[in-house]
Amino acid sequence: MLLIHCPHCGDRPELEFRNCGEAGIARPADPAALDDAAWSAFLYVRGNPRGRHAERWRHVHGCGRFFVLHRHTVTDRFEDVP
Amino acid sequence: MSQRFSFLSLVHGAVGGHRRWPAQWRSPDRPASAYDVVIVGGGGHGLATAYYLASEFGVRRVAVLEKGWIGGGNTGRNTTIVRSNYLFPASAALYDHALKLWERLSPALNYNVMFSPRGVMMLAHSDHDEQMMRRHICANRLAGVDNEWLTPAQAKAFCPPLSLAPDARYPVIGAAMQRRGGTARHDAVAWGYARAASALGVDIVQGCEVTGIDRDATGAVTGVRTSKGSVRAPCIGVAAAGNTSVVMAMAGLRLPLESYPLQALVSEPVKPIFPCVAMSNTVHAYVSQSDKGELVIGAGTDQYISYSQAGGLQILTQTLEAICELFPVFRRLRMLRAWGGIVDVTPDRSPIIGVTPVPGLFVNCGWGTGGFKATPGSGQVFAATLARGEPHPLAAPFSLDRFITGRLIDEAAAAAVAH
Repeated sequence: MLLIHCPHCGDRPELEFRNCGEAGIARPADPAALDDAAWSAFLYVRGNPRGRHAERWRHVHGCGRFFVLHRHTVTDRFEDVP
Repeated sequence: MSQRFSFLSLVHGAVGGHRRWPAQWRSPDRPASAYDVVIVGGGGHGLATAYYLASEFGVRRVAVLEKGWIGGGNTGRNTTIVRSNYLFPASAALYDHALKLWERLSPALNYNVMFSPRGVMMLAHSDHDEQMMRRHICANRLAGVDNEWLTPAQAKAFCPPLSLAPDARYPVIGAAMQRRGGTARHDAVAWGYARAASALGVDIVQGCEVTGIDRDATGAVTGVRTSKGSVRAPCIGVAAAGNTSVVMAMAGLRLPLESYPLQALVSEPVKPIFPCVAMSNTVHAYVSQSDKGELVIGAGTDQYISYSQAGGLQILTQTLEAICELFPVFRRLRMLRAWGGIVDVTPDRSPIIGVTPVPGLFVNCGWGTGGFKATPGSGQVFAATLARGEPHPLAAPFSLDRFITGRLIDEAAAAAVAH
C-alpha cells in the first residue's frame, strides 16, 4: 500500500485516496472545433510512461482535496515529496 | 531437435530416468539480420502468433523477440481461467473462437496444455446480479455460446465448498455456468507454442530487448533495434502486454492504454476439494484449484498505473476476505505466495488487434486482466492480420480506430469490473 502525502493532512495510507489519473488533462475550450481524432485523444489517450509520471490524487476519505504528485512507475516511489 | 510425443516416447523417457529429453525448442543466442515478420514479445500471444503465421499462413521467416524469458510475463502470472461468456457479440465471437481452439490445442501442438473444461461458475448475490446474469445468459446463447442459470442448490451441488449461508453479507442467490470453460496449464501453453513454432523454423530469441523501431522516409517500418543488434523486417507485430505503450512510443504512437498491477496468489497445496472455477464480480474473487492442489486465487488491479509487477497488500486482503466468506472451509488455509503482473487496460476493457497509423506496424494489446483465455484465438487472428495486412474478420471490431469512431465494445460496463 502506498503512503501518500496529502498537502493538507500529511502522510496518510492509500486506502483514504482515489487515484484520478494523469495530471494536466484540460478539457478543450471549444470541443466543436476539434476533429474526431483530437476529441478521442482528449477522452481516451493518456500518458503511460515507464518512469516519472504526474498524477492526480483526491483525499476522498479525508479532506477531499485534489492534488498532484509525481511518482516513478517502476519503483512506485513518490518524487519531490517534502 | 524435439521428437514427437507419444505413449512410447514417454515410456522411453521414463525408463531413462527423464534424463534423455532434449531441448524442446531452438533458442538462438542472437536474431538473424532480417526476417519477414518480427514479433515483439514472447508470451503466449506472441508465440501463438508466430506459430499460426508459420503453420497456417506459410510465413516461415519469423522471429519472436523476448526481453526476458518466454512466458515470464503475464502468461506465467495469470490464474489460467478459460471462458468465452462475454456479453457483446464481437467479444463472444472472438473469445469463443479461442475456446474452440483450446479444445483441440493439445493434439494440434502435440503438447499437453492440460486444458480442463471443468466449468466456470459466476455467482449472483443480488436481484441486480441475477437480472444481469440472466440477460447475459440469453445474449450468450443467442451468440452460440453455452451458458446456463443455476439455482443456489444446483450451484452448491456443483461446487460443494460454496457457502449458501443466508446471513452472509452477500448471500448466493444463483449462478451462471459455462460448462465448456475451465483452466489450462499456463506455462505449457507458452512452451507448447514455442516448441511447435520452433519446429516450423521460427526463431525464438530470449534476453533480446527491442530498443527502437526503424522507419523509412515514408514512415513505414524497416526493422527494429535490439539489445542484440539490428533486425530488418517489413512487418512488426507488437504483443508486449503491459509494456505495449513503451514499445509503441518508439514509433511515436500513443495508444489508449494504461498499465496496472494485477495480483494473484496461491495457497498451500491440499487434496482435491474444488471441482470448478468460481467467480464473483460483486465481491471480486475468483478461485480454482490447480492440479498440484494449490488454490489459485485472482485479485483485482491496483488503482494507479505501475510497471512494478507488485501491488498493494490491501488488494489481496480484500479478495481473501471475499473467498473466506464464500468458502468458509478455506479460512484456515495458509497462502503460499503472491505475485503481480502488469496488464494493459483499454478504456472499454476490450483488446486492440490490428493495424496502426504506421505502415507495417501492427499491434495486439489491451487484453487487460483477461488475456490468457484468448491466447490461441488472439494468436490466430493476429497472425491472419499480419499475413494479409488487414484485420481478420473476428479482429476487425477490435480496431484501434474504434476510439475515434465511437464503436466501443464496452465489456467494462458489461462486467462492471475488470475481468
